[in-house]
Amino acid sequence: MNPVIDKINKEQERTDLPEVCIGDTIKVNLRIVEGDKERIQLFQGTVIARDGSSVNESITVRRVSYGIGIERVLPLHSPKIDSIEVVNRGDVRRAKLYYLRDRVGKSARIKTKIGK
Amino acid sequence: MKGLLGKKVGMTHLYAESGEQIPVTVVEAGPCTVIKAISKAEDGTGYNALQLGFGSRKKKNVSKPVLGQFKGTELAENPPATIREIRLADAPEQEKGDVLTAEIFEKDEYVDVVGWTKGRGFQGVVKRWNFGGGRASHGGDWTRKPGSIGMCEFPGKVYKGRKMPGHMGNVRRTVQNLQIVQVRGEDNLLLIKGAIPGPNGRDVIIRKAIKK
Repeated sequence: MNPVIDKINKEQERTDLPEVCIGDTIKVNLRIVEGDKERIQLFQGTVIARDGSSVNESITVRRVSYGIGIERVLPLHSPKIDSIEVVNRGDVRRAKLYYLRDRVGKSARIKTKIGK
Repeated sequence: MKGLLGKKVGMTHLYAESGEQIPVTVVEAGPCTVIKAISKAEDGTGYNALQLGFGSRKKKNVSKPVLGQFKGTELAENPPATIREIRLADAPEQEKGDVLTAEIFEKDEYVDVVGWTKGRGFQGVVKRWNFGGGRASHGGDWTRKPGSIGMCEFPGKVYKGRKMPGHMGNVRRTVQNLQIVQVRGEDNLLLIKGAIPGPNGRDVIIRKAIKK
C-alpha cells in the first residue's frame, strides 16, 4: 500500500471500538436517521466474517429473528456505528462461519471461549 | 483559470459525517515552479499561459537548451521532470520563479483533470470496442473475431472509422467537473471525488472546471 494513502486511511480508523473476533456475540448500536431525527438502533448477533483491512474493514453480523436469518455487513470504521459491546467471546476454528446459515437450533450454537 | 501539474497517487475513501462513503482519488499536486509567464499583451504571443515545472530530474539528464530556460530560478540546480503549459484567460499574475502549491484550490471547488489512460497494448475488438463475438458452441467458429467488416462489390471498400483491433489505451483524456473534497496543504495533496484516468504514479493536470 502506498504510504501516502496509508496515512489518510490511518487518520480515519476508529480506535474507540473493542476488538471484535469471529464467533463473538456483539451488540451494535447503529445511528439511524429518520427524517431530521437521529436515534440509536440496537442490533445483536454473531460475527461470522471479517473482510478488508484498515479503513475498508467490515464485519458481517448474523442473527436469527423470528426464524428468519438476518445478516448485516457493517463497515467497522463508519461513523454510523455508535458503539459496539461484546456480549460473549466465541470459540471457533474457522475464519468464516458461513456454515451457520445451514443450521438451526442447537447445532447453530457456538462454544464460549474460556479463559479470555 | 488556474491549474497545476501533479501525480496520481491512488484511490481510497473518506467517511462523511452522515456515514456515507465518499470515493476519492489522492493527487499529489505541486509544488510547481513557474518557468515562464506568457502574457498576450506583453509578449505578443497571442495567448496567456503559465509554463510550469513539476517533479525533479537529475541535472545531467537534461539537455542544455532546456536547462537554459531555468536560469535565474532554483530549478537550474534541480530541474523538473515534467514541463507543461497551462492556458489562462487573463494575463498571469505570477512571475518566473514563483511556486504554486495545492492551496491555490479550495475545498468544494470543481476541477477538470487531464490524464493519460492505462496502456493496454494491442487489443482485439471484444475488449477494445465491446463487440459481442460469436458463439462458443453450435459450430460457432469466430468466438472473439470481428466478423464481417463491410459489404460486397458495392461499395467495394471498407468504410473509414471501421472498428478494428489495434492499440488501446495510453491516450489523453479529460474528466470534467470533479469536486475537491479535501486540500492538504502541508503534504501538497488534493483529494478529488471520483476516479481520474491513468495508473497510479502517472502525471496529471488539474485545472479549474471550465463548465462550472
